[in-house]
Amino acid sequence: MKTFLPAKFKVDRSSDRCIQCQVCVNQCSFDVHYYDAEDNEVRSREENCVGCHRCAIFCPARALTISRNPMDYRDNLNWRGETIEDIFKQAETGGMLLTGMGDDKGQRIYWDHLVLNASQVTNPSIDPLREPMELVTYIGRKPDRVTIDPVTRELKTDLAPQIKLEIPVMFSAMSYGAVSLNVQESLARAATEFGTLWNTGEGGLQSSLFKYGKNTIVQVASGRFGVHSDYLNAGQVVEIKIGQGAKPGIGGHLPGEKVSLDVSLTRMIPQGTDALSPAPQHDIYSIEDLAQLVYALKEATNYTKPISVKIAAVHNAAAIASGMVRAGADIICLDGLRGATGAAPKVIRDNVGIPIEMALAAVDSRLRQEGIRNQASVVIAGGIRSAGDVAKAIALGADAVYIGTAALIALGCHVCQQCHTGKCAWGICTSDLGLTKRINPDIGAQRLVNLLRAWSLELKDILGGLGVNALESLRGNRLHLRGIGLTDTELDILGVKMVGA
Amino acid sequence: MEDLQKINNPYGADKVIDSCSIFGMMDTSGRRFSGEDITKAIANMHFRGNGLGGGLAVYGIYPDYADHYAFHIMYLSPQGQQQTEAFLKDKFYMVKAEEVPMRPIPAIVNPPAVWRYFLDVKQDRRGAESADDYVVERVMDINTKLKDSFVFSSGKNMGVFKGVGYPEEISEYFRLEEYEGYLWTAHGRFPTNTPGWWGGAHPFSILDWTVVHNGEISSYGINRRYLEQFGYQCTMQTDTEVVAYAIDLLIRRHNLPIEIAAEVLAAPFWSDIERMPPKEQKLARTLRQVYPGLLLNGPFTIIIAHNGEMIGLTDRIRLRPLTVGVNGNMIYLSSEEAAIRLISPELDAAWIPSGGEPIIGRLGVQLKPEPSVVSGARL
Repeated sequence: MKTFLPAKFKVDRSSDRCIQCQVCVNQCSFDVHYYDAEDNEVRSREENCVGCHRCAIFCPARALTISRNPMDYRDNLNWRGETIEDIFKQAETGGMLLTGMGDDKGQRIYWDHLVLNASQVTNPSIDPLREPMELVTYIGRKPDRVTIDPVTRELKTDLAPQIKLEIPVMFSAMSYGAVSLNVQESLARAATEFGTLWNTGEGGLQSSLFKYGKNTIVQVASGRFGVHSDYLNAGQVVEIKIGQGAKPGIGGHLPGEKVSLDVSLTRMIPQGTDALSPAPQHDIYSIEDLAQLVYALKEATNYTKPISVKIAAVHNAAAIASGMVRAGADIICLDGLRGATGAAPKVIRDNVGIPIEMALAAVDSRLRQEGIRNQASVVIAGGIRSAGDVAKAIALGADAVYIGTAALIALGCHVCQQCHTGKCAWGICTSDLGLTKRINPDIGAQRLVNLLRAWSLELKDILGGLGVNALESLRGNRLHLRGIGLTDTELDILGVKMVGA
Repeated sequence: MEDLQKINNPYGADKVIDSCSIFGMMDTSGRRFSGEDITKAIANMHFRGNGLGGGLAVYGIYPDYADHYAFHIMYLSPQGQQQTEAFLKDKFYMVKAEEVPMRPIPAIVNPPAVWRYFLDVKQDRRGAESADDYVVERVMDINTKLKDSFVFSSGKNMGVFKGVGYPEEISEYFRLEEYEGYLWTAHGRFPTNTPGWWGGAHPFSILDWTVVHNGEISSYGINRRYLEQFGYQCTMQTDTEVVAYAIDLLIRRHNLPIEIAAEVLAAPFWSDIERMPPKEQKLARTLRQVYPGLLLNGPFTIIIAHNGEMIGLTDRIRLRPLTVGVNGNMIYLSSEEAAIRLISPELDAAWIPSGGEPIIGRLGVQLKPEPSVVSGARL
């Protein structure tokens, strides 16, 4: 069938500069560039280009420019180009539209409508270059109070397991199979070096990564891939994955092509079979079922590890979160509308779930109203882009944040949204061994550590400017936030005032 | 007082910002002395206030009524007084009621009536609650619901005198040279964003706890939200109120010793905790993990007092001043050393404590100056 889809990008090759070295041919995993030996010329199949820039960055002659194909449709605010082309695609394939990464639509990004405070005159700002500035965060269940024996003055309170983070930023769940082993090793090593946690995702823990267990969150999802006793006890935290921001309410699908021998061993499924995660966890049809799984995992790990429960941020997240805390979750993770994925139906990714800022504000407020906020740490995921976003999330009430896309960008991801194709030219979201070797864990870990270091310096500057020297003085301190361009209802849910008020 | 929030914070700011002079003095032998010296000392720091609030707290002033709750209440109208007295008679046995003696002075304009009552809790009224809890709730009732009435203090054998004016003027107005106590604290206020009203002056008090405070607590937003979880309503929207409630929660409700409470409010740094011996380390870490919302962050010096005890504390990097003086049984805490030297030129020792280091004066315990870790701080 003739496709009606135009090319998305133009590939301009400067013939003055091109030396026919064919680096682009080798680098492109989407078959854009090819060498015509007869004419001794490199040519392009532009319709294949996804705009990932791999060729342009690696072209030694700087001969390549990638730009958007300027082919326009007639202006129409209702029938926009993307809408038209989605229909072409479905008419030509009869399938669900699949995509990767997070929601790219224009729903309001509340981080961009929030600003932070700083100290002037009545209290001094604190200089992080000269004074201690604390980002240390402990996640896990906390009791209401400390008990001291009045006579002996001995501490009588023993806390549930607490995990120390040097920075309130962890690496989000990205499973082996969805991302490559080299990516996971980069994340694991960076988390270990910096003193934070990475998350296995739902694909099990490859045997070579067990040694990073002290900085690992092991995930238990609906498919139960790679879940066994050693796995549960290898990490510091066990996370039950109920849902994911990019695809609330549906399960994952790792195509059989990506289930290599090593992936199959780690996931404990036959090689080459599709790894299908059911939409719900089939032993959790209700909140009391969640409590049973939480306590089953606590038993399995002998009450030595906090149990996290991750949900997609949906309409009634506050009530659900409250139930999760009461069901015994030590950490609750909320994954927002802009949370990313290796593969999801586009219609779900772009239309289901709520922005994480609102979910976080509502959940933090609700747990405080009910007096149970201390019983679980709140971790958020889905669209954290910078230290500024982290600071705002902490001020809204998060204990820590997960970053997924930001971490992948540090490794080279150009957010071309082709994760679901398995052809990632940057070697991140693929199991093609020719591509995965493009990530060198030595360099990958260094890039990630650099990112965390840069953000921690920025966070310290923000804290110092606010006149506080510990992160807990910003956490949940919404007086340090003001909103710009928001309605009264939005401000009310966020619990912040308008700028100038 | 209806509309307490509006009166204390008329512009609806995040919180009321003010700065100040503070002074505390105590005789650990329990000897009672008049308000003359502390008035002189706080007057010496006149310029640290702006005349929009001054006040003093004194302990040991009502030995004849030591077992009764002594309420100091200000009234803005006779109707308010009638309503509140009816409320008091309904909830308490009223042992004695009298107007607090005062002398008119030009500096004090348009003062409210201030009365004191010695009260006993009606046992049948309080049910299963402790008498203290019962009193706290009734004070909240008066301060937030009743007309034109505000409780200055509600503890036993102690009292708070405060108002709009410089503290030395408040002292003169209430004739504090005629009272004797073994522990006095004083405060001169410099509010930056409120017109100043009598109830907004320091000391802040609940039961026999009083707080005088110099500083701006940048962690106010979370301190307040944390305390709200435990049922405290921060209607005054001041840092000082938060300090008072935090102390009440930690010491009265959670039974923590005062030194431990101080370790919550001005917590040691994680890097210092890592260097502590195992047992202390576990305690310090646990406190920070459980009470992150009560770390007071930003510049402050506070003097907290209750029957038999006075504690001076700064934030952990000491962004506001505190000097300690010791002379025999006398302990002095002050924003400035000059104020101490004015009333006690000879001291056994005077020093600046480290940031976050609590200085505790306790009846029957002479304070022994300890070597300070800050070089040059000892004088």
